Amino acid sequence: SLAGFGNLMQDVLWCFSQVKGTIDIGVTEADIISTVEFNHTGELLATGDKGGRVVIFQREQESKNQPHRRGEYNVYSTFQSHEPEFDYLKSLEIEEKINKIRWLPQQNAAYFLLSTNDKTVKLWKVSERDKRPEGYNLKDEDGRLRDPSMITTLRVPVLRPMDLMVEATPRRVFANAHTYHINSISVNSDYETYMSADDLRINLWNFEITNQSFNIVDIKPANMEELTEVITAAEFHPHHCNTFVYSSSKGTIRLCDMRTSALCDRHAKFFEEPEDPSNRSFFSEIISSISDVKFSHSGRYIMTRDYLTVKVWDLNMENRPIETYQVHDYLRSKLCSLYENDCIFDKFECVWNGSDSVIMTGSYNNFFRMFDRNTKRDVTLEASRENSKPRAILKPRKVCVGGKRRKDEISVDSLDFSKKILHTAWHPSENIIAVAATNNLYIFQDKVN
Amino acid sequence: MECTLDAQSLISISLRKIHSSRTQRGGIKLHKNLLVSYVLRNARQLYLSERYAELYRRQQHYPDGAPLLAMPACPPPAAAAPPELAALPLPTDTQDREPRSCAGVRGGGELLEVPVCAAAPPELQRVPCRDSSPGFYRVTGSAGPGSGGSSGAAGLLYAAGCDFGSGGAPHCSSRTTVLDLDTHVVTTVENGYLHQDCCCSQCPCCCQPAPGLASPPPTPGTKRKYYPGQEEEEEEGVEEGGEPGGGGVAGGPPFAPCTKRARFEEYNTEHPQDSSNISNLISIFGSGFTGLVSRQQADSEQPLNGQLCSKQALASLGAWTRAIVAF
Repeated sequence: SLAGFGNLMQDVLWCFSQVKGTIDIGVTEADIISTVEFNHTGELLATGDKGGRVVIFQREQESKNQPHRRGEYNVYSTFQSHEPEFDYLKSLEIEEKINKIRWLPQQNAAYFLLSTNDKTVKLWKVSERDKRPEGYNLKDEDGRLRDPSMITTLRVPVLRPMDLMVEATPRRVFANAHTYHINSISVNSDYETYMSADDLRINLWNFEITNQSFNIVDIKPANMEELTEVITAAEFHPHHCNTFVYSSSKGTIRLCDMRTSALCDRHAKFFEEPEDPSNRSFFSEIISSISDVKFSHSGRYIMTRDYLTVKVWDLNMENRPIETYQVHDYLRSKLCSLYENDCIFDKFECVWNGSDSVIMTGSYNNFFRMFDRNTKRDVTLEASRENSKPRAILKPRKVCVGGKRRKDEISVDSLDFSKKILHTAWHPSENIIAVAATNNLYIFQDKVN
Repeated sequence: MECTLDAQSLISISLRKIHSSRTQRGGIKLHKNLLVSYVLRNARQLYLSERYAELYRRQQHYPDGAPLLAMPACPPPAAAAPPELAALPLPTDTQDREPRSCAGVRGGGELLEVPVCAAAPPELQRVPCRDSSPGFYRVTGSAGPGSGGSSGAAGLLYAAGCDFGSGGAPHCSSRTTVLDLDTHVVTTVENGYLHQDCCCSQCPCCCQPAPGLASPPPTPGTKRKYYPGQEEEEEEGVEEGGEPGGGGVAGGPPFAPCTKRARFEEYNTEHPQDSSNISNLISIFGSGFTGLVSRQQADSEQPLNGQLCSKQALASLGAWTRAIVAF
């Protein structure tokens, strides 16, 4: 079947393709992957980790000799994007963890991406070098200066082929614009601007200008004692460069139009679902906090993730989502323990497939879930080393919520809450997914007949 | 929803989380602390409504009132709904009976408006709590209509931590200090408390028609630059001058911010462990909470160990949580 578009989930069999990362029992914290993102063509796949590093994988050209290996991803470039910093004024350490990576669309031979930690956004240029100049007059091949008095002839340096080298250079550093922790960056469809969002503010940048940004949203109250919600995620509309959305810790989404005013404190649309009073608990506010918001590729829908559900909203209907999917509702009775061990604060992301027909998000025990919006079917899969034989088909997993546990089911109490899948990515046009499981990156593809 | 923890444990756990967030890498996570403060609020509401119910039951046994038992005007709604009355009963302390009963209190919340004592100075009227969270920390009036005449059954309830704002007449004030991360300015915000909160018999404000506010620095709403270590100075300074005067009425000693010290010391004997937790919290959160620590509590630096915080901590949680989040 054609890869990507229009696939119904029952037609898709997901197979293991690759896994990146070490198998060590003890995980170095710095190696924990904190963001995953395909570029616009799917040729490149970038990961950021808690140690501030970015690793970019590039897909191999498909070879006719091995048609079943539909383009493996191999390391293309690795670089240190952010370092830990110390803000002496506030006595605060700034983590080097990469919170988000966003690619710019490719406009020439080089690749550009934005990476951000809590405070600083950087624009990186990743380019290839496969030639180098040779034959300088004033220095020899090792770079040492030659004695001018020893030069008897002049020559013109020429470019000679060399082993391919991929170099990453920081082209812009956008710093000192965020008092609070940056949670999102989003490239505008005009490709000239982007936004960065922290807990209370959203700033608009021009790629060329690093020493100033425009504040377009500010929800900081005059008296911080009145603070009731924070911004949790923000994204530009994929086609309308004046439109963006941001989500809040209260489970609401605001759509803003930058044409209406410079400061978009008034929303154009406000999406909120009334709370179900029968579900009220100590933790209602926590589990309704939205951890991720994503426009569909079409721009007609937005998807939000809160602790227990994924919701799809139609931009034309503000009073409730059009679809709600339960990710792991069996955790609803465990919220107390999850609060104690801090898992309730985990921020899961969610992604659309290329045709907006399937959505995916992560869970615990290295499980991740896919929901087919058309057939309403869903599946739970697992990223584990046991299922890591080449082209091994992933078997659907099931969590047993009570009563008799079937043979290959897993009970809720046996779930490993330290194995959480917070970050996933879906290739823009094919059924290839990247799933970050702590320090390992799994790549799954659908089975090629 | 089934929860294996009771409200008090949740409060302890939540406070511990806030405490430890200050030392985590990357600085205080505003989002997480805000969410924790909601759990604190929810647990506190349940805790208080349970206390309410218990005291109401006790009141039924003693209709003429040990006047010191709190008597809500109406039983609080079920714990599921945020209680409109967020109040904390006072301890049983027979010595303070008289002044309290005279304490005219107008309910600041929408529910209770009946003053207990006709002599209630109008200045004591509170503005409605402008906290947008329903039932967060509303000021309660005291006795309801049914017991209006009985001064013996004076309302003894207070709600702490309400954002009374500048419109109120906060004469028994306590302060919350917040640090603005943008401007590095420390702002001290007055929070009003009902004057019963004060060490009542000694409170110079009771029965005074015009509550003057001799304000030790800083005056409400003023800003000053933040210098580490300054909290200790201010704390000591205020404590020096904050000893409630000897209950004078006219021409009494200049007003000092309400310290609640006497009551705290009563609690101390019941819950000696709690006071160390309070002092820990004080040292954590700075000078905004002067008066909650008696001088004997000087320097307990024991880490929070999950012990229950004192009931006063619970009572004043509203202002704290916001300030905590801000901090």
